[in-house]
Amino acid sequence: MPAATRLGMVPDLGRWSAALSTILLLGAAPAPETPPHHPAKSGIDYASDDVRRMQADDFANPGMLWVAQGGKRWQEPAGNSGKSCAACHGDAAKAMKGVAARYPGVDAATSELLNLEGRINRCRKDQQAAEPLAYESEDLLALTAYVAHQSRGQPLQVSVDAAARPYFARGREIYYRRQGQMNLACTHCHEQNVGRKLLADTISEGHGNAYPIYRLEWQSAGSLHRRLRACYFGVRAEMPAAGSAELLDLELYLAWRARGLPVETPGVRR
Amino acid sequence: MAFMMGSRKRAVAGGVMLLSAAACATVSDNLVPYQISGDEIRAPLAALAGDAARGRDVLMGRDGNCLLCHAVPETGARFMGNLGPPLSGVGARLSAGQLRLRIVDPGRLNAESIMPSYYRMEGLARVAGVWQGKPVLTAQQIEDTVAYLQTLR
Ligand code: HEC
Ligand code: HEC
Repeated sequence: MPAATRLGMVPDLGRWSAALSTILLLGAAPAPETPPHHPAKSGIDYASDDVRRMQADDFANPGMLWVAQGGKRWQEPAGNSGKSCAACHGDAAKAMKGVAARYPGVDAATSELLNLEGRINRCRKDQQAAEPLAYESEDLLALTAYVAHQSRGQPLQVSVDAAARPYFARGREIYYRRQGQMNLACTHCHEQNVGRKLLADTISEGHGNAYPIYRLEWQSAGSLHRRLRACYFGVRAEMPAAGSAELLDLELYLAWRARGLPVETPGVRR
Repeated sequence: MAFMMGSRKRAVAGGVMLLSAAACATVSDNLVPYQISGDEIRAPLAALAGDAARGRDVLMGRDGNCLLCHAVPETGARFMGNLGPPLSGVGARLSAGQLRLRIVDPGRLNAESIMPSYYRMEGLARVAGVWQGKPVLTAQQIEDTVAYLQTLR
């Protein structure tokens, strides 16, 4: 493969950033229509056969343990309200179907960008009068996995309308920004080197459609933000906190890139 | 440079005072100056002698981590990446000076390069605290790695 195509910048970058600055200035221009990987390929397509088999079989998929725990938390009363999630929403299989495919999204009441974890904690605060669950806690992972699992098979269809536009633009900027002592951006691995080996890892397109996942290396379930922090760590960059605005913006941008891919929660990765 | 603030000086800087910086040499607080001629850095950094056996450890170990991106079958390593070209025979293809510049600062030859600069500190953003204010490899480690790559013929 010629070095220029392999290592060169994304051909459209100049035009894209010009378009994005216009969007930022005008605030109303339409979002770009076609994500870079089109059609997108899920991370599971780059995984080894044993990992694929593990994800595909609910009895072998360790992530299902978190889904099962989440099902219990869904039924349990929490906080001063004494209400459970089920008390408001009823049967998750009906009420939550397709929800994860639309997250992260802008909360109409506050104009804040919320991912599923953020939405769950918002409900705890406003509806259940309960303390927020810590990011990456077993309970939050379990509830997130449970809610997302109800959308398994539904295509990701996140909104990048005017309200979401500033978050989207920031997420995109982060994606193309070199950082850390290794001086690499997301694009260098997940666009320019997809399918190649980074030591023992096959680099995928870097989509978040299977999260929370069970990762063999973690011996645990983990959130998308935990995975993103691992990529920051790998390039020796300062790691934003899980749940931070930076990782939320990136999550929205990634969800847009993954448009059309089915929700696979709980995914399995090495 | 914000990312260098509050960082401690390293032993590597020891050589700086001894070498008088030649014109257009690259100088930075914690880096020894060097001179680029064409696509080479001809003189060993800080006039250090490289050791090929140590260089192999740098290349394979956590410090250099070169196998993340390069196949070097001579190492016998189990896992090797392929984001960069295989380095077999690189000692015959490139001179010591060419190898040195390609490790010190590959961005000099190709601004779009994805290969990190192992002996450069400016122009980096958001470097994590523990790595701030130091190059990826010391001058000695660079020379050791160059010595090892020269054995790949
Ligand atoms: C030096 C290479 C490299 C860089 C730079 C990098 N990643 Fe990754 N990333 C990986 C590898 C290797 C994996 C694990 C294999 C895989 O799933 O692609 C991974 C995994 C991921 C995954 C999980 C994919 C899945 O299916 O489970 C996401 C999402 C991701 N990266 C996003 C990002 C984002 C966003 C950035 C920039 C902030 C980034 N990565 C920077 C190498 C990199
Ligand atoms: C993140 C990926 C990456 C890492 C890590 C990496 N390289 Fe590279 N390397 C490349 C790429 C890509 C090239 C091709 C030239 C370019 O794009 O700059 C290259 C080119 C080279 C070349 C020139 C090869 C030739 O035939 O012209 C040498 C020598 C080299 N690397 C040595 C090393 C050493 C030694 C290390 C570790 C100290 C290392 N590389 C780490 C990606 C990497």
